[in-house]
Amino acid sequence: MSTTTLAGSEKLQSKAPAVAVPEMWETFKSDMKLVNPNNKRKFKIIVVGTGLAGASAAATLAELGYQVDAFTFHDSPRRAHSIAAQGGINGAKNYKGDGDSVHRLFYDTIKGGDFRARESNVHRLAEVSVDIIDQMVAQGVPFAREYGGLLDNRSFGGAQVSRTFYARGQTGQQLLIGAYQQMARQIGLGNVRLWNRSELVDTVTIDGRCAGIVTRDLVTGEVMSHAAHAVVLCTGGYGNVFFLSTNAMNCNVTAAWRAHRNGAFFANPCYTQIHPTCIPQADDTQSKLTLMSESLRNDGRVWVPKEIGDERSPADIPEGDRDYYLERLYPSFGNLAPRDISSRTAKRAVDKGQGVGPLKNGVYLDFSAAIARLGYDTVWERYSNLFEMYERITGENPTKVPMRIYPASHYTMGGLWVDYELMTTVPGLYAAGEANFSDHGANRLGASALMQGLSDGYFVLPYTIGNYLAPLLNKPTPGVDHPEFKAAETAARQRYQGYLDIKGTRSPDHFHRELGKIIWDYCGMERTEQGLEKALSELPALYDEFQKDLRVTGNGESTNQTLEKAGRVDDFFQLGMLMCRDALERKESCGGHFRSEYQDDEGEALRDDENFAHVAAWEWTGDPMQSTRNVEPLDFTTVHLATRSYK
Amino acid sequence: MSHLSDIKLKIWRQAGPDEGGRFESYLVPSISDEASFLEMLDVLNEQLINEGREAVVFDHDCREGICGTCSLMIDGQAHGPQRGTATCQLHMRKFQSGAEIVIEPWRASAFPIIKDLMVDRSAFDRIVESGGFITAETGGAPDANLIPIPKPVADASMDAAACIGCGACVAACPNGAANLFTAAKVAHLSLLPQGQPERYKRVEAMVETMDEYFGSCTNHGECEAACPKEISIDVIALMHQDYRKSKFANRKTLSRS
Amino acid sequence: MADTQAPTISSANPSANPSVNRRGPVTGTAATAKKRKKFFLLDLYGTAVGKKYVMAITGIAMMGFVLSHMIGNLKMYLGEEDINHYAEFLTRLGYPLAPENVVLWIMRAGLIGALLLHLHAAYSLTVMNRQARSVKYQSARDYQIANFASRSMRLTGITVLLFLVWHLLDFTFGVTNTLGDGDFDKHQVYDNVVRSFERVPVSAFYILANLALGVHLYHGAWSIFQSLGWNSPRFNQWRRMFATAFAAIVVVGNVSFPVAVLAGIVG
Repeated sequence: MSTTTLAGSEKLQSKAPAVAVPEMWETFKSDMKLVNPNNKRKFKIIVVGTGLAGASAAATLAELGYQVDAFTFHDSPRRAHSIAAQGGINGAKNYKGDGDSVHRLFYDTIKGGDFRARESNVHRLAEVSVDIIDQMVAQGVPFAREYGGLLDNRSFGGAQVSRTFYARGQTGQQLLIGAYQQMARQIGLGNVRLWNRSELVDTVTIDGRCAGIVTRDLVTGEVMSHAAHAVVLCTGGYGNVFFLSTNAMNCNVTAAWRAHRNGAFFANPCYTQIHPTCIPQADDTQSKLTLMSESLRNDGRVWVPKEIGDERSPADIPEGDRDYYLERLYPSFGNLAPRDISSRTAKRAVDKGQGVGPLKNGVYLDFSAAIARLGYDTVWERYSNLFEMYERITGENPTKVPMRIYPASHYTMGGLWVDYELMTTVPGLYAAGEANFSDHGANRLGASALMQGLSDGYFVLPYTIGNYLAPLLNKPTPGVDHPEFKAAETAARQRYQGYLDIKGTRSPDHFHRELGKIIWDYCGMERTEQGLEKALSELPALYDEFQKDLRVTGNGESTNQTLEKAGRVDDFFQLGMLMCRDALERKESCGGHFRSEYQDDEGEALRDDENFAHVAAWEWTGDPMQSTRNVEPLDFTTVHLATRSYK
Repeated sequence: MSHLSDIKLKIWRQAGPDEGGRFESYLVPSISDEASFLEMLDVLNEQLINEGREAVVFDHDCREGICGTCSLMIDGQAHGPQRGTATCQLHMRKFQSGAEIVIEPWRASAFPIIKDLMVDRSAFDRIVESGGFITAETGGAPDANLIPIPKPVADASMDAAACIGCGACVAACPNGAANLFTAAKVAHLSLLPQGQPERYKRVEAMVETMDEYFGSCTNHGECEAACPKEISIDVIALMHQDYRKSKFANRKTLSRS
Repeated sequence: MADTQAPTISSANPSANPSVNRRGPVTGTAATAKKRKKFFLLDLYGTAVGKKYVMAITGIAMMGFVLSHMIGNLKMYLGEEDINHYAEFLTRLGYPLAPENVVLWIMRAGLIGALLLHLHAAYSLTVMNRQARSVKYQSARDYQIANFASRSMRLTGITVLLFLVWHLLDFTFGVTNTLGDGDFDKHQVYDNVVRSFERVPVSAFYILANLALGVHLYHGAWSIFQSLGWNSPRFNQWRRMFATAFAAIVVVGNVSFPVAVLAGIVG
């Protein structure tokens, strides 16, 4: 199988300035190469994806004077899945005077990530978090306010200070609209060209540099090349590999995966985050899972019946027959235990047969104690929008019947490997937001995803990209008539025609469901060597069937969502195999990656800092089962490695 | 969990923007009442693919009522019969066994049909591009707490900002007007202190861009009823007021320069 | 850079909207916005929002007229002398500062102007709305809020307009209301009214037209607040009540005349 270079691959140099971590970003900004304002318009930059990272990057790069081409597969940039984030965005403002600081946010993020993130990048993230809040307020994001008119904050899991800014339960929406509006302004001014309903189907590398991309128009099926001096991928995560996840239906790994196949290393694919409070699957036709904000755990009590297979309705189960397992196992954090722990304990209860609901696939989140203590009105006021959403989906009123919840795939910490400048292993190809791997280690803290997307797009890329472009001034770059572009176009056309030509019997959705089930069962919340090996034997067989028995109806010359799906599922198959291989090779438990073999007597994760305090970045060799594992060691100079404890 | 049986669907099928379209009838023999409306369409599409036929094209994405991608005129109502609910959050328990459900795309000249039930709503983006922003280029922002904003003002702005840009207001409006969408965007920014410097320039540009694509508001109130975020038509009155003021305020400003 | 495929830049012009086979990127949409150099009131009137202002302001003027017209006519109940004297008074408004009839004609000119503007704005908005949905819904709509009044404004408006023409012919020019030998004395208001309403079909048409006016006012009087941007949480709840009361008062007052004549209370 693979070979692992423990010493650290030469290709994986983070290129962070050789100074103390807190001084790195200032040093970088002082030393970086600049492009003269009048010369910026000579450079063309492609931004793929228009979520928080993409929209903010496109807007800022255009403001600086670069020519920007932005691509989205949606009808409008404002649809990106950043919009669905509920909780909030962290910022080390210390407006509450409760002792927050850049260092504390940095430390919390490193610790929350179970010491598997790069210190340099995380420190920069904490530094610019402050600017993000200022920027978003200036753009008109209506953050929640206190009566005095100043910004309100709430606290979030994994932190002991209040540093989360929020806009009702729609923070992601408001931030995305803010970034989208800045980008819309640049489109209106003619500085950004927007290509909507266009999907990236390949990246093109010429003479060792990323030269552009190939896209497919989702309305006409036209395959087209686009050349640029630099390409930025802000294409989100790969959580939909599980089929059922809280991601939007169209979220996919294709852009990142195509880049990976063309030379970009893929880092830590096994780091996926499972969110504990989602609405359980209700039937076999379910297409996605819906998240219920984690804030519900502030007032809800999690329990299951003590007896296996208890058929009584929750109201008929007396206190003595209930198991409030989080309060029992984690007395100090109780129902507010971190995401990974709450998820695993729920899974164990359901696996034991204590699950509740018609399909026995959930646990109760009960608000009756809170209603008795605080009164119905107070509880309703706090959570009314969530309660209404839950009732719309399940038809049950959670103030009368306990809510049912179960964990679901939510976020992926892994992604394209990037250096300190957010450049992948392909020069000129950048990755930002959830698409890269850089800031969250093995587990992401709540309210940090929005922060990272905006940090990359507004405050990091616009600086670092100039450092790459400056030496390219007035040098010829390949155009779209270059043979490499033509070859990539031909390959893309053949690829999509190929799906239509199989004419098998099963739909892309059918295969996606099967794929998702394997990944969820063996590479989900709890992983074992045996299970992963089983997955790695089943996946190639299923992939083989996919390639022989796929059925795509319709044609390739007009909108065809079945065909779009086929391409995405194809890439998910290959990623799924890599994910399982990465999970198998990482013989430790850390953050979202829990290997049953590596736990202590109480079922807590056992990290192996001796052998696994590194990033695993995979190199494509032509077959996902044969990719090469490379290693970037992680040095901790500012924080000390410690065991996470939430007891 | 129980099942509904024999759902009869009449769905608009149209091969492309310039092609003719027609209603076609389909039968979904059985569907769980826990399924969402779009999951019912997924089931139909699986069925069609199994029969070797082309799946029905419809826009959808987050399926949790926030991205605004989904649309559909269901039994003559934008987003279907449940108030304050986008199509993706509508569930089959709202229907009966044997029901006949008619599904049509949004219809407005500014929203040309792309295929089947999918329409092009880019005209909304054109409105935002013309002025729906606060000019605040990256880097120069003052401290976020520099300008205190009274809580009721921030809340009112948030009420308007909740718009998901789905186009139901246009679809539901007997005149095909986009006043609720445009006014929500205007109100979101113009209520905030940060939005004041461009307040009148913004409303003038947005209203005039809106005029190029959409019909006029005759105060039916149908948009408010269709809005999945239940945005009030009060914002329309606010926009009308600001638009009138813009003609005076901008004149004064321009005559000074 | 050899970007040979650079597609044309589509403008804010809807006709250049991407939906054709070859789709290009969108950019520069705000830059092509046309510079208006019209007089600002014409500029305002150039948009639908501006036309709605005109609809509302002219609507208010005409509402003032129908209300005072109805109140003035209540003198019918005081007897022949009072109402005829009132008609006489109207011709001498502002007298002796202004010559006889001048103020009345200024007011009439204002009303005629208001009516013409109201009609023009209504016509152009209707054309615009038809264009905004050139292909109608092919299935039945299920309206939630839009009511008969709001959806029949064109119908009730045209009915009232036709009634107005007949009303002038009947009571001002006397064409349809002569003494049999072609004579008509417009100063004999009381007699003219009684004679006209004694014809049952005339009364019926009069009542029907006033109901149409009431329906028109029921939506119009509410709609004015929205169109003019008069909106405040303090009085929003009163807007609907005002419109209902206004429409009801005008209709009850106006309809009472033919009813009173037919019932023999007046005459």
